[in-house]
Amino acid sequence: MARLTLPSDEKTIRDLKVGDFVELSGRMITGRDAAHHWLLHGFREEVAPFMKDSVIYHVGPVVKKHEDGHYTFVAAGPTTSAREEPFQADVIGTYGLRGVIGKGGMGPKTLKGLAEHGAVYFHAVGGTAQVLAQAVVKVEQVFQLKEFGVPEALWVIQVKDFPVVVTMDSHGGSLHAEVEKASKAKLEQLLGLSA
Amino acid sequence: MLTREQWTEKFVDVIAHASSQLPPDVLAALERGRDAEAPGSLAAKALDSILTNVAMAKGGWQPICQDTGTPLVWIHHPVGTSTRMLTAAFEEAVRQATGKQLLRPNAVDPLTDKNTGHGQAPGIPSVHCEEWDEPGLEVRMILKGGGCENVGAQYSLPNTKLKADRDLDGVRRCILDAVAQAQGKGCAPGIIGACFGGDRGSGFLESKRQLLRRLDDTNPVPELAAMEKELYEQANQLGIGPMGFGGKTTVLGVKVGYLGRLPASYFVSVSYMCWANRRATAKFSPSGEVTWLD
Ligand code: SF4
Repeated sequence: MARLTLPSDEKTIRDLKVGDFVELSGRMITGRDAAHHWLLHGFREEVAPFMKDSVIYHVGPVVKKHEDGHYTFVAAGPTTSAREEPFQADVIGTYGLRGVIGKGGMGPKTLKGLAEHGAVYFHAVGGTAQVLAQAVVKVEQVFQLKEFGVPEALWVIQVKDFPVVVTMDSHGGSLHAEVEKASKAKLEQLLGLSA
Repeated sequence: MLTREQWTEKFVDVIAHASSQLPPDVLAALERGRDAEAPGSLAAKALDSILTNVAMAKGGWQPICQDTGTPLVWIHHPVGTSTRMLTAAFEEAVRQATGKQLLRPNAVDPLTDKNTGHGQAPGIPSVHCEEWDEPGLEVRMILKGGGCENVGAQYSLPNTKLKADRDLDGVRRCILDAVAQAQGKGCAPGIIGACFGGDRGSGFLESKRQLLRRLDDTNPVPELAAMEKELYEQANQLGIGPMGFGGKTTVLGVKVGYLGRLPASYFVSVSYMCWANRRATAKFSPSGEVTWLD
């Protein structure tokens, strides 16, 4: 099992291959629909340093605010990444991201962006909100909380041994495409549809 | 009989039960799945994570998954109980459970695109009341997440592409196709609820009601029992695996029901339930004493 520290660099990321199980430690940022729109609507200087060479996590967390004002993540499983397909490659390119964490995989535009910019898609296990929240050891700060609300805000977090699988790499490889092709061939066979 | 406020309190308990634990049959199926996968494979790792997660949620009464889904509820009530009262009591229970963070504020008004903030909106929760002869009440519910709801499918037979005619073999073809189309996107391994017949609305509702069945039960209709078994085996040959990582555990169970249809229509409705099949069944005596059946 590989361990990877964030922020990372292009060479380390390009060494990752589809099927690698990786544990991530270090700093990353969260973001979903509202965040992706906002990130492309002008260059956001204030968050850019937190994104450079790190990853964006597609998640709408449940967050607890403590009496002294600090936050912790209570539940934080991945959300469906496909919704960001129109924007992801541009966000990666504009902010120098090295990866994306989500579930369900992404499409051809993102796959091309990963190859072009030296980034990967990490798949977290959908529904494991407790396991993943526990890997979030610290909430550093938050952007756009008032404007977007808790799930859609951009949270800067520290993670430790955050478990993910590389399902799309920077060499055009996609586990999703492989599994889809093989399973649909099997379906045709089971239904007697293949010529 | 209890008052509306008292029922609300009882229903909050049912919601807490559903959101923070999995029924034993689902847990056993996940464990069997993990043991069947090659040690060290991505599929085994994913199932291990899932099992650890379930254990963590149960200990602390925390939601298993942050998407606490749509509460789908079926209530059996004695003769003379007001179904309006029961529905209102459940709606209030959803608002209270959301306030207690047992549920996430999960209802959006599509007109304004604003989250209602309290988890409730027209149609959420989805409550179905049915009278029965017993003196007490039975509540059966599931929390159905959005990721898996999005991969449900409905077919109108005949379907030439699938070589599916208006017969049981045609039904089987549609259900298997739905599993293949869903890939891992509904948080596989999933549980498949299906219904043939009915109209577009009633068919989907019945497909969801099938999800209330225990995974280890046997369909009373022999042809359907055989179909469920065959589909379970075939779906697990597709190689989609947990999360679509590849592997042997693509579905944990397949449940098929039916409704009458018009001569002109033949629908097959398929609902996909994620591994987080948060199902709860509770029986209440007339004085409100609870027996948990799941
Ligand atoms: S599909 Fe189920 S397990 Fe997956 S994120 Fe949604 S509710 Fe959670």
